[in-house]
Amino acid sequence: MYKYDEFDSRLVTERAEQFRRQVKRRLSGELSEDQFKPLRLMNGLYLQLHAYMLRVNVPYGMLSSTQMRKLAHIARKYDRGYGHFTTRQNIQYNWIQLEQVPDLLAELAQVEMHAIQSSGNCIRNVTSDQYAGVAADELEDPRVWCEIIRQWSTLHPEFSFLPRKFKIAVTGSPNDRAAVQVHDIGLRMHRNDDGQAGFEVIVGGGQGRTPHIGKTIREWLEPEHLLSYLEAILRVYNQDGRRDNMYKSRIKILVHEIGADTFRELVETEWAELRDSELRLPQSEIDRISACFAPPDYPRRADAKTLLDSQAAARPDFAAWLHSNIAEHKVPGYAIVNISLKSLAAPPGDMTAKQMVAAADLADEYGFGELRVNHRQNLVLPDVPQEQLLELWQKLNTHGLGTANIGHVSDIVACPGLDYCSLANARSIPIAQEINARFQDLDRVHDIGELSINISGCMNACGHHHVGNIGILGVDKKGKEYYQFTLGGSSGRDAALGERTGRGFPAAEAVDAVESIIATYLRLRASDERFVDTYRRVGMEPFQEALYGAA
Amino acid sequence: MALLKDGLAAADPYMDVSGAEAPDFSGAVIISLPQWHKHKAALSGRADPLGIVLASDEKPALIKDDLEHFSVIVLQFPTFRDGRAYSHARLLRDRYGYTGELRATGEILLEQLHYMQRVGFNSFSIDSPNAVRDWEIAGADLSVWYQPASDQRATATLLRHKTVQD
Amino acid sequence: MLSLMPQIVIANSLADGFVVFLTASNGWSSRVRDATVAHDDADAEVLLRSAKAAAENNLVIDPYLIAVELKGDAPEPTEYREYIRVFGPSVAIPSGQ
Repeated sequence: MYKYDEFDSRLVTERAEQFRRQVKRRLSGELSEDQFKPLRLMNGLYLQLHAYMLRVNVPYGMLSSTQMRKLAHIARKYDRGYGHFTTRQNIQYNWIQLEQVPDLLAELAQVEMHAIQSSGNCIRNVTSDQYAGVAADELEDPRVWCEIIRQWSTLHPEFSFLPRKFKIAVTGSPNDRAAVQVHDIGLRMHRNDDGQAGFEVIVGGGQGRTPHIGKTIREWLEPEHLLSYLEAILRVYNQDGRRDNMYKSRIKILVHEIGADTFRELVETEWAELRDSELRLPQSEIDRISACFAPPDYPRRADAKTLLDSQAAARPDFAAWLHSNIAEHKVPGYAIVNISLKSLAAPPGDMTAKQMVAAADLADEYGFGELRVNHRQNLVLPDVPQEQLLELWQKLNTHGLGTANIGHVSDIVACPGLDYCSLANARSIPIAQEINARFQDLDRVHDIGELSINISGCMNACGHHHVGNIGILGVDKKGKEYYQFTLGGSSGRDAALGERTGRGFPAAEAVDAVESIIATYLRLRASDERFVDTYRRVGMEPFQEALYGAA
Repeated sequence: MALLKDGLAAADPYMDVSGAEAPDFSGAVIISLPQWHKHKAALSGRADPLGIVLASDEKPALIKDDLEHFSVIVLQFPTFRDGRAYSHARLLRDRYGYTGELRATGEILLEQLHYMQRVGFNSFSIDSPNAVRDWEIAGADLSVWYQPASDQRATATLLRHKTVQD
Repeated sequence: MLSLMPQIVIANSLADGFVVFLTASNGWSSRVRDATVAHDDADAEVLLRSAKAAAENNLVIDPYLIAVELKGDAPEPTEYREYIRVFGPSVAIPSGQ
């Protein structure tokens, strides 16, 4: 993974010290809350329902075991012993004390981590495919470009006060696992006829109140021009994005209002001036960063499929875990292991410090000391020898990390909701936990098959409900929590926004509504059709009939 | 309001008449864009220094052919959140080649001085009891710059590969 | 409607961020049972003014009034958002650190 050099280290250290001075000025009264708020937000520090919340970046989801142990240490020393992995590959701590944040940031800097721009109207943590560098279906490693974008966007003098926040995602695989079509900018790597890798540039996707699927404004961009092209897009947005209404200030609204063609012309005109500037990436810098992501030296291993089949035959639980939690590795004899953070024991994405340490240890023991965080609030061990999967699974189970539900009904994405968030209108976590409790029978879970449920506690859609196969949105209706449903959303290559079923349900009926939707699917599905495919074939009507009765 | 120019407290030689209904253009004055459009012919040949202030929704392209007339261009920050003038400053410096005084005015946080300086501002009209100290704090916080901007500071990328070549 | 209910002042402490309540002695407590209760709007205004002074003095952030019911030994917020704010998340905090 990327290794900080003296410049990277100096920047995060200086930034932590800068924040120390700012906190001091705030506590002494020299800065008012109005003056301090933008400064703390630029360092990821929110004031939430109960306390300050700190969001720490996990750039493009990559973590070393050392970093994971530091996250555990921070959970213990500065918080209440746990953290929450988010839908943007970050970690949030819910009970942080302002006075201690400078020390905390200094500790993060020691392990090459930071919270810079994890909030504010600036370019946020760049996200990517959690299988980057190891996926069998990958064309190009997106992490090199993510790191280049991370550096370019960090403390960018021109783009730190944009109309609104700005999110960039990169995928290097045709099977998009980074949801690039629902980001402000999505970059999809592909190869041209000469076999060279380049980017398709997608702009104006997003969720929130007015969800949009992004528009492709350039089919092919040579990698050396990546930064000049991004700078051109951002410069157009910074000048022309709406600033009169915060709900209309994301780039998706600008692209929608002036049209993708006009937007493209503005960008191309600006880019013509920028493309041969200093932003053009020198090959030496691309090479330096690429070297950090060179594949590790994989000891040769034979494919262990026969062994796994016999182990699985004797242990149905293990078979189920293999089925749902393992992805194909590009190197023979290895597997990508997903660690579910969706057990019944904790809110989606939450992890105790003890579990973090356990996961870090397992990353060392069964890999090269690396972990990944994905945008569905789970973790990944990227390089596990196939013949050690059984052993690993048994160890994961002793830490409550062996739940066999990745991509299934109980692998529910949920924002913190009103249990923690000051913006929320309704709770998300209890609904997720009740659904999870209802679907504890693994045979049933696996019979239902691939299905995503996403829950958001307000219109801001941090739980990405628009792109859940079943999306659930919590609303406040005259002082009571209600839940509205959408069906058919997807964030992958076939990205789609879910459609509303109709009126919402009170909290007590929400889980029954999920049951009813799933029962309808099971009744209508053709052979082993996925939920989303059945929905696309039969449409909304049978589901509405099940939920609300015949029209 | 204190004026800070090139890091030092400075007296402001200009009279800002941009908001005046019946402006007196004699002496060193700062005018608005509509005033410039209306009185361009009269103001073009004068000997006294002339400045212009642009609101954050007035793009510098509107004056790009007139830059020789201005010895100061003032860009407004109506709130610290309105970041349009950062792009406008870069366009003035990098695209249109403006080399005169580029002044920031409006709601400016101490921490923003650093960004403003990087995009090409060299003077600041600041509402602070101790503007020079603010400038020094803001300038001392950070010493690493990843992206090229209008201040000609060497980026980390440049320094990295220079070191390798040496 | 607020004025028909008893009210208390809730805020966050600046230095640690935790939820605090204005007390009868113009101090701040993390225990809701220490909160001083206003029984009419005039009283509530007085409390809020005192709380805003504490915000000006950088002791607390964002003080505001919430409606409560007086049952048992502690005031209980009538709105569920404030109830969660006062009594903590409605779900178990992950344990076993």
